[in-house]
Amino acid sequence: MTGRLYSYLTLTVVLAFLLGPFLIIVAAALSAGETLAFPPQGLSLKWVFKVFEIESFQKSFALSMFLAIFGTLAALVLGVPVAYAASRYKLPFRETLRTIVSAPIIVPGIIVGLALLRYLVIPLDVGVGPALFIAHTALILPYAVRVVSASLENLRSDIEEAAVILGSSRAGAFFRVVLPNIRSGILAAFILGFVTSFNQVPVSLFLSGPGVRTLPIDMIWYMEITYDPSVAALAALLAFLSIAIVFLAERFLGFSRYV
Amino acid sequence: MSDPTYLSLKDVTLAYGKTVAVDRLNLDIAKGELIALLGPSGCGKTTTMRAITGLMRPASGRITLDGADITYLPANKRQLGLVFQSYALFPHLSVYENVAFGLRLKRLDGKALDAKVGGGLELVGLTHLADRKPAELSGGQQQRVALARSLVMEPKVLLLDEPLSNLDARLRLEMRTELQRVQRESGVTMVFVTHDQSEALALADRIVVMKNGYIEQLGTPEDVYDRPSTRFVADFVGFENIFSVTNGKLKTAESDFPLPTGASLDSTVKGLAWRPSKVALGSGPYSGTVKGSSFAGHAREYLLDSALGPIKAEQAVPHDAYAIGDKIAFNLAPEHAARLTRMD
Repeated sequence: MTGRLYSYLTLTVVLAFLLGPFLIIVAAALSAGETLAFPPQGLSLKWVFKVFEIESFQKSFALSMFLAIFGTLAALVLGVPVAYAASRYKLPFRETLRTIVSAPIIVPGIIVGLALLRYLVIPLDVGVGPALFIAHTALILPYAVRVVSASLENLRSDIEEAAVILGSSRAGAFFRVVLPNIRSGILAAFILGFVTSFNQVPVSLFLSGPGVRTLPIDMIWYMEITYDPSVAALAALLAFLSIAIVFLAERFLGFSRYV
Repeated sequence: MSDPTYLSLKDVTLAYGKTVAVDRLNLDIAKGELIALLGPSGCGKTTTMRAITGLMRPASGRITLDGADITYLPANKRQLGLVFQSYALFPHLSVYENVAFGLRLKRLDGKALDAKVGGGLELVGLTHLADRKPAELSGGQQQRVALARSLVMEPKVLLLDEPLSNLDARLRLEMRTELQRVQRESGVTMVFVTHDQSEALALADRIVVMKNGYIEQLGTPEDVYDRPSTRFVADFVGFENIFSVTNGKLKTAESDFPLPTGASLDSTVKGLAWRPSKVALGSGPYSGTVKGSSFAGHAREYLLDSALGPIKAEQAVPHDAYAIGDKIAFNLAPEHAARLTRMD
């Protein structure tokens, strides 16, 4: 009986820690007061509307969307062939390849960001924008490879041979037979990559310049200058967006199979 | 049969890296023939089939089809059909689209496509399931889809990898009849791979028995079943009493025994083998003690302990002639023996 009570207690505490900040942010976003505070002073939607009027948010939102969409697409263009090669050919360095591809997940973002700044942006004079794109693509790549690998594992390779014998070229077999069957894996990888990129902070922190900031970085900047609840409102909006994406993905793809 | 060398393999060697799977294989297949590649796993039969389809390149040797050298022709240009053991249906396509796959690659569409796919599905009796996905079909139905998918392409040779092994006993019999009918109706040259001798005997015009990358014997089902020429084949088709022969004598571990009726044997004969049913019980120059006796439906099987070693015998009637411990005489008649030319 005590054991059971104990586990319920643990569960409650864990949930409180997981959901607490989210609830606090939502409450703060609905505040009618002038500063970011909890508990909120009064109730209003004015800060939610204010978010859409702040110009720098519009700009950084556009940048974040661009990075999330095109960074993920680039990661998929690179990652799908890697996943395919790793699953279909007995590559001698297969495990090494997997480790290298997974490195960006393991290496702390701070280090990746600093390294890119010190060895890509400064000496090679690469702009912050392209550097951000490269960084996000690299960060999403491991997810793309792993998720697509998982769905390739479930696909028999002899269907490609069947397609070839029926007259298709090897490349044709990939596009006609393999791609359609890993479509949901690719979509899952896209969603995961999108969310990962959109929420990315440590790397983007190093790679920002005048007028080039991703949304999360812009929010930190904004808060240092203007301490009003619009940041909380934006955070809450983003949280709802993420929840909606993951919910839809789970609903239509069985997203949790891949993650 | 028209062209006896319609499909021809000459000195074909196949290797995985440094491991040789098939060594200098020679095989001629006539147009319209139904050939079985028979052997245990690892004998090279599947590898041989993959080389014919072009999924694998020979290390050396030549493969010709219908007069043309296809040794280095890519698999997608060979106009061959292959029914995979796992069927390898495209999971995202309907039965109709699976069958239409190759035809669409040939730029067939509209009425012509419909007619071909319809004909293919009718041939295998699946017209009513055209809209289903492969996952919604039973194993037997998937097999038929795979068969139709290959047949609508009108392949020069249809290859089948263990076509009956994934089916249950009843379906296997049905599919066997089906394959024979399809072959009769389409006249297509068929090569199928199997490890099951009864399948090969029932279906094939000729059987290629393989072992360790070599052809052990090539012949009609009657040849292979009644006149196996090597120890391996004899053992494979159920000759359970096998003896080496030297200088006209049966050789066993302990000593030599004269042949029962001094029948003269060719010097190429290195061994003799008898099926249990060909061991005559009751009289003869040899004797043994009954060690085991079991009922097998059509007959009773006996295990005898004799000076020749253990002997397996079978007697249809009477069913209860001997009991365990009985000492009985038996005969191994040379005219009922298979003459083996290789004993390795």
